[in-house]
Amino acid sequence: MDTLNIKINGRDYTVPTGLTVLEACRYAGVEIPTLCYLKDINEIGACRLCLTEVKGARGMVAACVYPVDRDGMEIVTNSTKIQEARKTNLKLLLSNHDKKCLSCVRSGRCELQKLCNDYGVDTVDAYKGAMNQYEIDDSAPHMIRDNNKCILCRRCVAVCEKNQSVAVLGANERGFNTHIGCAFDQDLWEVPCVACGQCTAVCPTGALYERDETDKVWAALEDPTKHVVVNPAPSIRATLGECFGMPIGTNVKGKLVAALHRLGFDGVYDTDVGADLTILEEANEFIERVQNGGKLPIITSCSPGWIKFCEHNFPDFLDNLSTCKSPQQMFGAVVKTWYAEKNGLDPKDIVVVSIMPCTAKKFERSRDGQSAAGVPDVDVALTTRELARMIERAGIDFVNLADEEFDAPLGITTGAAAIFGATGGVMEAALRTAVETLTGKELESVDFKEVRGTQGIKEATYNVAGLEVKAAVASGLANARELLNRIRRGEANYHIVEIMACPGGCVNGGGQPIQPANVRNFTDLKAIRAKALYEEDANLPLRKSHDSPVIKVLYDEYFGKPGSHKAHEVLHTHYQPRETYGKDR
Amino acid sequence: MIDNQDFNNVALKDTPFYKAQERVVLRNCGVIDPESIEEYIAMDGYAALGKVLTQMTPDDVIKCVSDSGLRGRGGGGFPTGRKWSLCAPVQAPQKYVVCNADEGDPGAFMDRSVLEGDPHCVIEGMAICGYAIGATKGFVYVRAEYPIAVKRLQIAIDKAREMGLLGKNIFGSGFDFDMEIRLGAGAFVCGEETALMTSIEGKRGEPRPRPPYPAIKGLYGCPTTENNVETFANVAQIILRGAEWFASKGTEKSKGTKVFALGGKIKNTGLVEIPMGTTLREIIENIGGGIPNGKKFKAAQTGGPSGGCIPAEKMDVPIDYDNLTAIGAMMGSGGLIVMDEDNCMVDIAKFFLGFTVDESCGKCTPCRVGTRRMLEILEKITAGNGEMSDLEELEKLAEYIKANSLCGLGQTAPNPVLSTIKNFREEYIAHIVDKKCPAGVCKNLLRYVIDPEKCKSCGMCKRACPADAISGERGVPYSIDPEKCVKCGACYATCKFGAISKQ
Amino acid sequence: MKSLEELNAIRDKVRDTVVIPDGSDKIRVVVGLATCGIAAGAKPVFNAIVDEVEKAGLGDKVSVVQTGCIGICQFEPVVEVFEGGKEKTTYVKMTAEKAQRVVEEHLKGGKPVVEYTIGANLN
Repeated sequence: MDTLNIKINGRDYTVPTGLTVLEACRYAGVEIPTLCYLKDINEIGACRLCLTEVKGARGMVAACVYPVDRDGMEIVTNSTKIQEARKTNLKLLLSNHDKKCLSCVRSGRCELQKLCNDYGVDTVDAYKGAMNQYEIDDSAPHMIRDNNKCILCRRCVAVCEKNQSVAVLGANERGFNTHIGCAFDQDLWEVPCVACGQCTAVCPTGALYERDETDKVWAALEDPTKHVVVNPAPSIRATLGECFGMPIGTNVKGKLVAALHRLGFDGVYDTDVGADLTILEEANEFIERVQNGGKLPIITSCSPGWIKFCEHNFPDFLDNLSTCKSPQQMFGAVVKTWYAEKNGLDPKDIVVVSIMPCTAKKFERSRDGQSAAGVPDVDVALTTRELARMIERAGIDFVNLADEEFDAPLGITTGAAAIFGATGGVMEAALRTAVETLTGKELESVDFKEVRGTQGIKEATYNVAGLEVKAAVASGLANARELLNRIRRGEANYHIVEIMACPGGCVNGGGQPIQPANVRNFTDLKAIRAKALYEEDANLPLRKSHDSPVIKVLYDEYFGKPGSHKAHEVLHTHYQPRETYGKDR
Repeated sequence: MIDNQDFNNVALKDTPFYKAQERVVLRNCGVIDPESIEEYIAMDGYAALGKVLTQMTPDDVIKCVSDSGLRGRGGGGFPTGRKWSLCAPVQAPQKYVVCNADEGDPGAFMDRSVLEGDPHCVIEGMAICGYAIGATKGFVYVRAEYPIAVKRLQIAIDKAREMGLLGKNIFGSGFDFDMEIRLGAGAFVCGEETALMTSIEGKRGEPRPRPPYPAIKGLYGCPTTENNVETFANVAQIILRGAEWFASKGTEKSKGTKVFALGGKIKNTGLVEIPMGTTLREIIENIGGGIPNGKKFKAAQTGGPSGGCIPAEKMDVPIDYDNLTAIGAMMGSGGLIVMDEDNCMVDIAKFFLGFTVDESCGKCTPCRVGTRRMLEILEKITAGNGEMSDLEELEKLAEYIKANSLCGLGQTAPNPVLSTIKNFREEYIAHIVDKKCPAGVCKNLLRYVIDPEKCKSCGMCKRACPADAISGERGVPYSIDPEKCVKCGACYATCKFGAISKQ
Repeated sequence: MKSLEELNAIRDKVRDTVVIPDGSDKIRVVVGLATCGIAAGAKPVFNAIVDEVEKAGLGDKVSVVQTGCIGICQFEPVVEVFEGGKEKTTYVKMTAEKAQRVVEEHLKGGKPVVEYTIGANLN
């Protein structure tokens, strides 16, 4: 039987088999509130907010995990008894919650706050009693953990363990003293956290959030001695609109540029230039390794969360990593060297602000080997969310802004760079350049569709000038772990591998706009956002990085050719093995 | 010197303590050497396994256990045969039998005694279960606080393996079964079957939502049947002596016997095994020998922190699963704690709730936060700061936690509070309205007073008082300054003339 | 274990040592050595009985074994003596000294030490 006839709140519905009560109720247009549920990865029935009545079942059932498995099932979702129970649940949560909503980073976008409002919680101190007090963990460069606001939904634990296989977060102690933390209550930066920030993107409250560095940017913008340039990453244009209520997957490139102009940056450039440059260097590195018997597979190095993960967990693969800096760092390095020279600026007086989908970029910019001009390549890495906060604070009417263009010269980019923001995009961009370089012929089609899509691991083989090039793409670190283990065990072999730390790539990065779980669970965020980038790629006149006029100028004027001595000095970096737990991280 | 001839040599079996007992589960405890497999075999050990493997089909076994009426002895009382029959038809490459020996109720030690005294009967019961459901592997989850039980069980497993009673092709039947011990770290919640399995898997011991039920998806995601020690200990006897023999004992819906750990305010403490349907009065007055020091029986707690209290007026209710549930108590795993007039029922509720608050795993909101809030209300009441609205709130929260918690621990945590409110509401009211603890337990509500009529002005109490709260002199009755008194009770214990009373 | 016959053979061989048959002159002494018994001091009692039996030269006649919980907590340590055709004797609140006397008077002399039995200690 493919369908079941059931009753929801007294009305008849026909629903497909294999659904949970929560999913079936969506067919009836009824949304059941949840706090802990994350589809596929956190189906633990812990928050008890989704309790519903199912006729014949003992007590109330957790809609998020209870299967609709029989014809004639009768579900009630909104009786006063249920409402009262949910209200009591929320009041209990509030009784051990730091209720400083007015100063909370998530105020207005907090799932707990919304539910309290929906259920008419009329008092925040219905239950007086002990409250746990926790120290705020600000040890990590990319994020803050404030357990005083944690409601123990464990969504962070689930993404960290299941999606990322990093598993540095878990429940410590028990009962009323249960709290989320690292093993033995170590600080986050004492354990092998990779800074991906996926936990911050799924936290329903203000317990986990990006380290806000907007003040540094405001200060720089006001400082007349500073030349402040900004560059948003490829994926920002596909997501920023969500912060202003626009539909998911809207490309807001023009408005983004207009807003950055209004914030007062001296140069509004595009990280995509850094991406194009990365492709030239990486394709060259790949070809060299293939031709000179270098270490294969070459593995991409654009994703700093992935890099740290590799350093902790797969130190034997460090030589496989491309030595190329990431687009953010290449962009910053070019600004502090070539751009500085060209404009007669002292690199010390330039402030490079990047807008990133990623919390790990905050960590990446402080790494060793990321200071081409003797000063850090990048000074501030803001997440999409922080930029939205700046735009809001500046009173910019984002939604109604007229489109504007990036500034010259670092604003002309290609479709190859645009797709960097999605899993498979770096691979496809590299293949466009590598294939043309190896064959010396122009590609008939620049579309490498086999490596597109949101699957966790993708494989493809391309015949390039007589060589069967085997490629693999993984996104989400659990998938990366799986892929690397296959390679380690000798079960698979590739020439080139692309890895992005976040599932689906940068469009689903840890610094991207937060979508509440009720959206996240039933919308493929990463697919819809990626679509905007592939559309941008299809519509751009230039779709191959080596066709970019800016890139040509950079090599003609400054670097000579890809892989040159100068290029190595400015555009490449190195890695270090790190312990998982214990000494010498 | 006592003259030997003045006494009869009374046998243990003729003592009132033993007379009313019937030993099925404990038949070998105190009889055989638990470290000798031969002695177990001498008492017909492993004959049931032999019978099952050579003469019965798995369906026959399940039918026999079902017909016997055996119900889970861990507390829930789910029919054992039905539990097995849910798992048996599930097709899977691997299935498991799990024995729950994570005995955690305060004052309960039935499982420990069985494992220490007769470990082979548990192994045999598990192997029979394995054959019935098609499992080849078993786990016994024992608390690490039971080192002797663990040691003897391990010896038993090793010897059974040596003798070919565990391992491959047992009794030449082609049936393979082996088992391992897993130690629990003493978390009460791991007695909940899904939490126990999660713990065996090496994860934090937390319950999982059901469905999926363990029979379909249990340990390591495989179909699993989990029963407790006492349940397994019954199985071999049922097979050997027949379902009818077992079903002839007990009440209509609760067959066989039940082991209780008798403790608290009772003369004969100990481990007793009685047929289902025995009354509480029989257990307390006859087997237990009554309450010491001539005190009056007040209530008995069954089911530990998940159960409830049985007041004196319910003493004649025959004890079985359904009757206990009906009167707001619970069979539980078999702890039976007797309380007398000196026990404050609000304090008892606070004690048991405090236990579950400490033992909550912290996964679901109602149990993690709700039980703590209930405890705080009880603390407020026993401190003399209660209001009548607190009682209402307590009941409301209790019902909420029962209905909304994820697992059995949370769903039953409010029971001691609800049952004491139901049966001893006037004691709560005395605490709240009169600011008095009738049993004289709750310190903050207590006042020590010297009766001037009885006081002989000896001064002993003054010397005993650590707070210098007593004043007086020879010839004048002494008195206690309530402001200074710390309610330690030293004066009360010292006075030889009974002049000091608790009010 | 290959067959029921094999199992039965073991049972038949050991049975008489556990359940002393009528007319046998063997004596079986069990000491409750569960956690509760050990906590109450049953180990020295057990050792004393073994030693005294050895000293008294009763090794062939008397077997001393550990057993699990006998069930009567407040009477621990508990020692029980099984003789063929007789009701068992239950000694309660045993000590190593009392054990000495039990071996001497009961196991050797055939006369139970009544004052140590449960009957004498019930109230």
